[in-house]
Amino acid sequence: MAVLVIAIAARRNLFSVVMLAGIYSFLMASVLVALDAVDVAMTEASVGAGISTVLLLAALYLTKGEEAKPIHRPWLPLAVSIVVAAALVYGSLGLPAFSDPAAPIHAHVVPRYLQESLRETGVANVVTAVLASYRGYDTLGETTVVFTAGAGVIALLRLRRRAQQRKDKP
Amino acid sequence: MRGDLVLRVVAKLFIPFMLLFALYVQFHGELGPGGGFQAGVIIAAAVVLYALIFGLPAARRLVPDRVVESMVAGGVLIYAGVGVAGLLLGGNYLDYFVLDRNPVHGQERGIFWVEAGVAVTVSGVMLKIFYMFAGRGRDPEDV
Repeated sequence: MAVLVIAIAARRNLFSVVMLAGIYSFLMASVLVALDAVDVAMTEASVGAGISTVLLLAALYLTKGEEAKPIHRPWLPLAVSIVVAAALVYGSLGLPAFSDPAAPIHAHVVPRYLQESLRETGVANVVTAVLASYRGYDTLGETTVVFTAGAGVIALLRLRRRAQQRKDKP
Repeated sequence: MRGDLVLRVVAKLFIPFMLLFALYVQFHGELGPGGGFQAGVIIAAAVVLYALIFGLPAARRLVPDRVVESMVAGGVLIYAGVGVAGLLLGGNYLDYFVLDRNPVHGQERGIFWVEAGVAVTVSGVMLKIFYMFAGRGRDPEDV
């Protein structure tokens, strides 16, 4: 995956960048499957590798295929991202070990969800039970976010078209 | 790509199975991986594939813009309606226990409708965004 990221950053041809990003999403999905997060992996594969690749290709159709030469030297952004990455890695050192059962996040409500969710909701997939039932409000909020995003895209793109039509008329 | 026989035949073979898989992901989400969000994206992907092979106007005739736009809002309304139904039946907002005499069945019913709402909104938004992006460069009157 690191090789892919470097290739994406180095490429100037936008078509191959889009394709590499799709491959990156598929690799990410396999990593998530390996971490036993099948629901998230499915979302990553369908949204990250499928729909967003098609959308990026549709956007590419409207622009040129080659990336423009950067105006600035890349050193300042590079330094900022290295510092942020170092801070994140430093912060991850303080996290509990991977799949440590005594970690705080596994001691709060997780045991109750895992043990009671089948009896209380009759749903065998704990992810679905938590998502739709215990955290129903959050999922309602997420659906509203998706709705708002769609409404925003409609509003933005329509507005420009109307403005164009008005310009064409007189 | 409209003239390519192989693509057309393969797409025609694939799209029913994609829709079937989306329904499987939707209704089997209680037992296996998946749920409304994934199912919605797969439904949208099937229509996007149709649009890629047979052209955007054909897809627009199949799933018109008006349907897609009402899906965008309708899913949220289904979700919120489940909450209101809970209120009317004497529970709290988004409380599924009151939806059936047996609380566990009420939960299942609530989760089913909530997931359906998520799927409808997600596939509507994905399709709408795709239509707007893909329709831009071609003929601005058609968007």
